[in-house]
Amino acid sequence: MTRAPMSLRQRFYVLDVLAGLGLTAAHFFRNMGRHTARALGRRTGARGAVTIQYPEERRPYSPRLRSLHRLVRREDGSPRCVACMMCETVCPAHCIYIVADEHPNPEIEKVPRRFDIDLGKCVFCGYCVEACPEDAIRMDTGILEFSSYSRGGMIYTKEMLLSLEPAHADGRPRSPIPLPPNRKP
Amino acid sequence: MIADLGIAFGRVAFVMLFVLNLGGLMTWVERKQSAIMQDRIGANRASIFGFRLIGLFHPLADAIKMLTKEDFRPARADRILFPLAPFVSVFFALVAFASIPFGDTLRLAGRDIPLQAVTLNVGILYVFGMLSLGVYGVMMAGWSSANNYALLGGQRAAALMISAEIAIGTSIMGVIMIYGSLNMQDIVRGQGQYFLGGWLPAWGIVTQPLAFVLFLTAGIAATKRIPFDTPEGESEIIGYFVEYSGMKFGMFAMADFLETVVIAGMTTSLFLGGWQIPYLGAEGVRLPWGWAWPLPHLVVVLLQVGAFVVKVCVMIFFMMLIRWTLPRFRYDQAMRLGWLGLFPLSIANIVLTGLVLVAWSHR
Repeated sequence: MTRAPMSLRQRFYVLDVLAGLGLTAAHFFRNMGRHTARALGRRTGARGAVTIQYPEERRPYSPRLRSLHRLVRREDGSPRCVACMMCETVCPAHCIYIVADEHPNPEIEKVPRRFDIDLGKCVFCGYCVEACPEDAIRMDTGILEFSSYSRGGMIYTKEMLLSLEPAHADGRPRSPIPLPPNRKP
Repeated sequence: MIADLGIAFGRVAFVMLFVLNLGGLMTWVERKQSAIMQDRIGANRASIFGFRLIGLFHPLADAIKMLTKEDFRPARADRILFPLAPFVSVFFALVAFASIPFGDTLRLAGRDIPLQAVTLNVGILYVFGMLSLGVYGVMMAGWSSANNYALLGGQRAAALMISAEIAIGTSIMGVIMIYGSLNMQDIVRGQGQYFLGGWLPAWGIVTQPLAFVLFLTAGIAATKRIPFDTPEGESEIIGYFVEYSGMKFGMFAMADFLETVVIAGMTTSLFLGGWQIPYLGAEGVRLPWGWAWPLPHLVVVLLQVGAFVVKVCVMIFFMMLIRWTLPRFRYDQAMRLGWLGLFPLSIANIVLTGLVLVAWSHR
């Protein structure tokens, strides 16, 4: 590897060190002034840090973000899903499990008795949303923080998926994060 | 008798608490200062009853965490030296500050109280002795851990300490020549004179600018912190404390912070006028054109102690700034800087100072 020869100033070292210290010190005092101004109640000025303090603050999500799935409801509250198995078929991770049932309304073909998504397997590709002929499954809840202490806790059932609401326009979730029933403390 | 004991205890307690608290606070300063320099916020989550107090509880949380962690000793580590090493490190870093004066003599109720933990007429030698003994703790840690990386770190620490220490010793020789004393208090008093018709305080940084740069560089090397953290070498050998856990590991970190405080105190005393405030004499403020404002003795002494504390804090800020600006020197670069840069330059500084002093006395 060839390196560019150092100039005399660089070899002398002290001047360049002082320049570097000047840069970091300028950052320090500029940010310190901004922090102080905000602490004294001037909210309009620039922020002293680029940090987003995550659980309290969130950076706005894109409207196209693929987040936790939800099942869309009909007006009577039953799932819009007709248990056609398209999503289960297209899913590359095989994480959707559907058991179909007869719908009481003869105009609607079927209804899922069970609709489980194993989020421990899901790869968030969004193929299920694209495959659905009834627009019954969407990934627009804005919820990213789902977790569990067990693999079983990552399986979200039909009732949990039906209870979720779409996110606000800025991407903030509207529904609280659903806690799996078998989640351990 | 009781009063004397109380005064002696008070002097020691002040220095002890000052150094220990500053060392503890420096974990917070390090996090916050680096964060603000890098457009971040820094640790601010530790809270007591919901009060976060800009992260000031984090040192406390760290201490509790380290005290409750497992204290592990490798099976082949030395039984005596391994647990002893962190204590040796911290002890010598703590006692080094003892002969650094934090104020002039305080006259209170007919007594003369020197504001200094111990009044030594060879104070500088004492501080050096303690600083250099500090490396024994590091070497003991490296050797007794029965770990090759730790041994490598200890050996690097010894090599770095020797090259830094020689530069420290020779660079302050100029200061000793100018103020004519090994007593830290006398050196600080000597910096109360003025040049240029009473305008320029004769601080060490004015009379010995080259020595100031050399001393500070070598001093930072003696603290074993970045950019001279080759003994630690976090990304390559982890260093002499690789086998330590819990509070013993914390004590090594603490020793580095305490050494930083000691170096800041020494730089303040030798080069930044110690407790001197420009134009503030024992009787009060006296500006060069003759305007005077007499102040009571106690106020003057308190102002001077305050000035010393402020100067030490500014030096710590500056050393932190260096620590968070420069990358680490490679081992050979650190050695070359110590032996081929700092040492010859400080010898040249001694010669130059001698010539100037001779010329000055034959004016």
